[in-house]
Amino acid sequence: MSPMAVTPQLKLDATKIRADFPIFEQLIHGKPLAYLDSAVTSHKPRQVLDVLRSFYETSYGNVHRGVYTLSERSTEAYEGARQKIASFINAPAPRELIFTRSATEGINLVAYAWGLSNLGPGDVVVVTELEHHSNFVPWQYVAGRTGADFRMIPLDDGGELQLDALDTVAGGGNVKVVATGLVSNSLGTINPIERLAGWAHEQGAIMVVDAAQAAPHRRIDVQALGCDFLAFSSHKMCGPTSVGALWGRGELLEAMEPFNLGGHMIRSVRFEETTWGEIPAKFEAGTQPIAEAVGFGAAVDYLNEVGLEAIEQHEHELAAYALERLGEIPGVTLYGPPADRRAGIVSFNVEGIHPHDVSQVLDWEGIAIRAGHHCCQPLMQKLGVSATNRASFYLYTLQDEIDRLIAGLEKVKKVFA
Amino acid sequence: MSEFDQLYREVILDHYKNPRGHGVIEDADASAEGQNPLCGDEVAIYVALGDDGDTIDEVKFSGRGCAISQAATSMLTEMVQGRKASEIATMPRDELLDEVGIPLTPIRLKCALLGLGVLKVALHRAKGTPLPEEWAGLADELDFGSAG
Repeated sequence: MSPMAVTPQLKLDATKIRADFPIFEQLIHGKPLAYLDSAVTSHKPRQVLDVLRSFYETSYGNVHRGVYTLSERSTEAYEGARQKIASFINAPAPRELIFTRSATEGINLVAYAWGLSNLGPGDVVVVTELEHHSNFVPWQYVAGRTGADFRMIPLDDGGELQLDALDTVAGGGNVKVVATGLVSNSLGTINPIERLAGWAHEQGAIMVVDAAQAAPHRRIDVQALGCDFLAFSSHKMCGPTSVGALWGRGELLEAMEPFNLGGHMIRSVRFEETTWGEIPAKFEAGTQPIAEAVGFGAAVDYLNEVGLEAIEQHEHELAAYALERLGEIPGVTLYGPPADRRAGIVSFNVEGIHPHDVSQVLDWEGIAIRAGHHCCQPLMQKLGVSATNRASFYLYTLQDEIDRLIAGLEKVKKVFA
Repeated sequence: MSEFDQLYREVILDHYKNPRGHGVIEDADASAEGQNPLCGDEVAIYVALGDDGDTIDEVKFSGRGCAISQAATSMLTEMVQGRKASEIATMPRDELLDEVGIPLTPIRLKCALLGLGVLKVALHRAKGTPLPEEWAGLADELDFGSAG
């Protein structure tokens, strides 16, 4: 089914959706759970949990191995999930969709398998000051290993990329990789991937996109984005942990060296020499997270059913509301772009109160938010803070939870006044 | 007393809002600084020793971070004032934790022990003795440097 055939349902009933998620049926410190940390991981609907259980109970076996019934059922479910996830991002072909352990592993795969063979002295790897460590550290490391330069697209004061600095960043070097997140996990900034991909290709570079914070929340079309690789993770999008996906252009994946080596990724193994299998098998050595991949497929079904456009709209409304309410509290500093240019992520600090103390007090109110550097130490350095508080939203988030956050912050201020 | 009041009990908030021994000692006999990379808590401790080279005449700290890290360090400066550096260098961590007196999760435990870890690094460094094994693990996680 092409994305064009999906009818946008622009209004989402979060209260109804919430009933699908068993985690909300409990009290935390005697209060209903207000879970405002979906950027770190999302909760799981019954629809996904049921698929996992039923798969283990009726169809589980190793994939691409046996000729018996269970192995066939398992393989069918696993490859079916690959097809669903590939069409979820409008990938031209399912074979270009590789199952990984996480978005992090997907980026490491590109950094090692493509980077080590294609980078060298005089080449430039470009990331941004916004990056999560998962899209920063692998490139810094591989650039260091190969002698390539490692550079950053700077941020402006509003937390958005300074696109007019692109040519300065390139600085006459041979730009070979441009790697950036689609949505910033810290500030919620939505980066202009189409524009960056165009620039990357003008330089002869590959465009690598970390979509961990985007794929759960907005419709992704890798062909429209014009990128070369795109990595994302199941656990942030209602699916199980320990499985992610990497999409790459077929011709690039085919030309690349393997990443993990072992069973299943081979064509033939001889004492003298081993040859690699076709993609995606070439990048899926060893027993894969089979049930998790099947659950990932169920999560994609669930999100499609709700509608990505409706989810994006819902989170946008929540972010705008949260920014407005937080902005009314004296002593609160907000970070990042205005509501119309950000996803459902809001970072802030309360004057004179460390984020750990803020989130600890909020926990007693049943409110879960993130406190820390969000795996973005370079960004924290840029903002001149050691940590921030971050509230992030998803399809099950209620406006009432933001009201509770605001009331909780009043309590925080009272405790530490 | 609710769980909440146990965590941020009055004495913790008091030390956090009115830290004792806040400041810097120029020409300190022993000093070190440390930070908890996880949350960015920072503490620097300065010690002036008496003529016997062992009595802690004066101890000051500077830093920023969460209430637990700053209050525990403030309480620590009161605890060690006038005691022997050699004794503090081997002081068990429970002596401080008993004084702090609140239930701590593993993450917050590191906040509470940051100041004591920094003080131990300062004293052992000044005396040229190795950091006790009990602290070596924490020292790997917390980032200790030299102050000033």
